[in-house]
Amino acid sequence: MVLQFELILLALLVATATLVAISANLFVATMLASIFSLLIALLFAFLNAPDVAFTEAAVGAGASTLLFLAMLSNTGHFHSYHKQKHLPALLVVFTLGTLFVYTTAGLPPYADPSAPAHQHLAQYFLSHSLAETGVTNVVTAVLASYRGFDTLGELFVIFTAGIAVVGVFSAPQEH
Amino acid sequence: MDGQSNLILRETVHALIPLILLYAFYVQFHGHVGPGGGFQAGVIFSVGFIIYGLIYGCERVHVVISARTAEVLACMGVLLYCGIGFATLLRGGSFLDYDTLAATPLVGQHVGIFLVELGVGMTIAGTIVGIFFLITETRL
Repeated sequence: MVLQFELILLALLVATATLVAISANLFVATMLASIFSLLIALLFAFLNAPDVAFTEAAVGAGASTLLFLAMLSNTGHFHSYHKQKHLPALLVVFTLGTLFVYTTAGLPPYADPSAPAHQHLAQYFLSHSLAETGVTNVVTAVLASYRGFDTLGELFVIFTAGIAVVGVFSAPQEH
Repeated sequence: MDGQSNLILRETVHALIPLILLYAFYVQFHGHVGPGGGFQAGVIFSVGFIIYGLIYGCERVHVVISARTAEVLACMGVLLYCGIGFATLLRGGSFLDYDTLAATPLVGQHVGIFLVELGVGMTIAGTIVGIFFLITETRL
């Protein structure tokens, strides 16, 4: 039952992504991208990753769409201009996509306890995080305490993105 | 494109924005017991202001939070995070070693995680609201 639902979601994802790529109306493309984010947030929730699903829904279907809409209404350009087809690019993308799908056959089964990613530190975090940090959410314990330096780096990245946008928008404009 | 004259938009926004902002605070402070944390909370908090700005215009949002406030908020978040790191250094531990922040390591971990997530939420909210202000107010 869950598998059928996930397959339907994946098919909808492919359809939405294709429509985003080929639609000429930018407003339609923005809304479809928002739907894409919502669908993949649902898939993350089905894969038992609520933090990731939460962030994807909030950022992709929320803030990102709103920023796109604000940009569209500010520039007033609602139609994309470039409509030529590029066959070599399509071939390259198709080949790479097939290779990606082929390599997923080599991944360990879903939620396999003996998978390489679930050995060593993952066992340590799952068994010791509540005793050492007092926090029940293991994801937050790893993010904020065990790997706090990484999160500091992520914060710097987002802050730098904000500064870069300020820099781009305060550049002298040519007419 | 005047959202202000649309009754449905106005009433929906009036009902939703307090809930959005309250939910952002809930996600921020309960990130350690359930899904959530600073990143999600910052985004949800900024969405509340962006929705209002899209419908009523940025001048009315500036009454509450100006572009300068958004920038300062973003900087304060990063400074808070780094400040926690240096505070643990001054108290004898390594960088971002929360055990040294309070009398017992467990309380120190709670304090450290709480303040660090607060810094993350502040920076993200300030950055996204600041980007929105720049997008809507720059003449392109």
